[in-house]
Amino acid sequence: MVQKLTTLKESPSQTAGPYIHIGATPNWVEITGVWEEDLGLVLVGSETKGERIIIKGRVFDGSRTPLKDALIEIWQADADGLYNSPEEKRGKADPNFVGWGRQPTDGVTGDYKFETIKPGRVPYKDGRLMAPHITFWIVARGINIGLHTRMYFSDEEAANGQCPVLGRIEHKHRVQTLIAARGEENGLATYTFDIHLQGEKETVFFDI
Amino acid sequence: MSDQGPFYQRDRSWHPAAFTPQYKTSVLRSPQYPLLSLDNTISEMTGPRFGHNKIGPLDNDLIRNFAKAGDPIGQRIIVYGRVLDENARPVPGALVEFWQANAGGRYRHKKETYLAAIDPNFGGCGRTITDEEGRYWFRTIKPGAYPWPNGVNDWRPAHIHFSIFGHAFAQRLITQMYFEGDPMIWQCPIVSTIPDKAGIEQLVAALDRNATLPMDAMAYKFDIVLRGRRSTMFENRMEGN
Repeated sequence: MVQKLTTLKESPSQTAGPYIHIGATPNWVEITGVWEEDLGLVLVGSETKGERIIIKGRVFDGSRTPLKDALIEIWQADADGLYNSPEEKRGKADPNFVGWGRQPTDGVTGDYKFETIKPGRVPYKDGRLMAPHITFWIVARGINIGLHTRMYFSDEEAANGQCPVLGRIEHKHRVQTLIAARGEENGLATYTFDIHLQGEKETVFFDI
Repeated sequence: MSDQGPFYQRDRSWHPAAFTPQYKTSVLRSPQYPLLSLDNTISEMTGPRFGHNKIGPLDNDLIRNFAKAGDPIGQRIIVYGRVLDENARPVPGALVEFWQANAGGRYRHKKETYLAAIDPNFGGCGRTITDEEGRYWFRTIKPGAYPWPNGVNDWRPAHIHFSIFGHAFAQRLITQMYFEGDPMIWQCPIVSTIPDKAGIEQLVAALDRNATLPMDAMAYKFDIVLRGRRSTMFENRMEGN
């Protein structure tokens, strides 16, 4: 026998199940009066700095059916590339931008939508700049452990080409699964980011 | 010594695999390509923090926070514990959210079709933030077991769902708490996605008679462990950590 290490094991993940909305977005499933507003619905206020954008899309399973019971969380830097987190040591982020959002996929269509701002660039661990990106975390019934991925921007071709993280993707055609196409709706930049859990267009997911 | 480095690599053999055919819904919802390993960048080592001001006084009291005309039916229980990291240090300021079925095993959700009755006084959601020692607690009623469409006769053991935010997005975790002594734990296709028996036991809350409120509520202790960070001791400063 050897000495025992003092570290603990992480609690094992379990699926969020079909009713995660009861806990995460109760008002959205008509459990009202417990708390006023579900967390994470609103990212941007009138004082928030940065270009207003909309992100929308769906999450598809291996039969190309959209998930109608998923929950998506996003986490992103502010317009200057700073995170609104005590762990951010490089400077003070925009106090009017939390950077975290949470939305269910629609129970009928499977659509999700975030109204946010376009983030600035943040450095990779060696100091090179990563391309602007938003971290996504997807949970649902049938997903045993939350899936991490990133959304990049189609109008950042040069930055995407230099991004050290995108550069680590071995099969180059898969880089496209992380790049949201820019369009316009009602005068607002709108990025469509569909997530494919499996199949030909399977999104690149990260072990972070 | 401070823990400022990247998080320890997640032990994927301790967690359920994505593809677990006994849990049928996982079959079409599991990525098939290997995950791309990414040593943490600042995007994963940061995360949102939630202030105590976001939390209302009844948010951690599921007996009262939805009740319209009296208390919900069921056995009154207290659930308490600590949120720790893998270095066994407390995680203060962690947002802990929980949701559950009522005493009959019925969720308050429009897509739920189980014939057990809805309890007019039970919503089934709550939340709290850990204190300086990483402690949390809430009051609720013990949820019932319920059948679910997987096999023709599969039942979930009584459980409470947990969602936990630590200090970094890399620590984000959703899991479930089970109850000591429940034989249904060992017959559940979702529980059995966890490969190791010791991993399952980590999710079984212990009945704590010492924390029980006499003539009021039984108590269960449930500690949650989030990922821990590497020390920067060996990375840049040999002294002064």
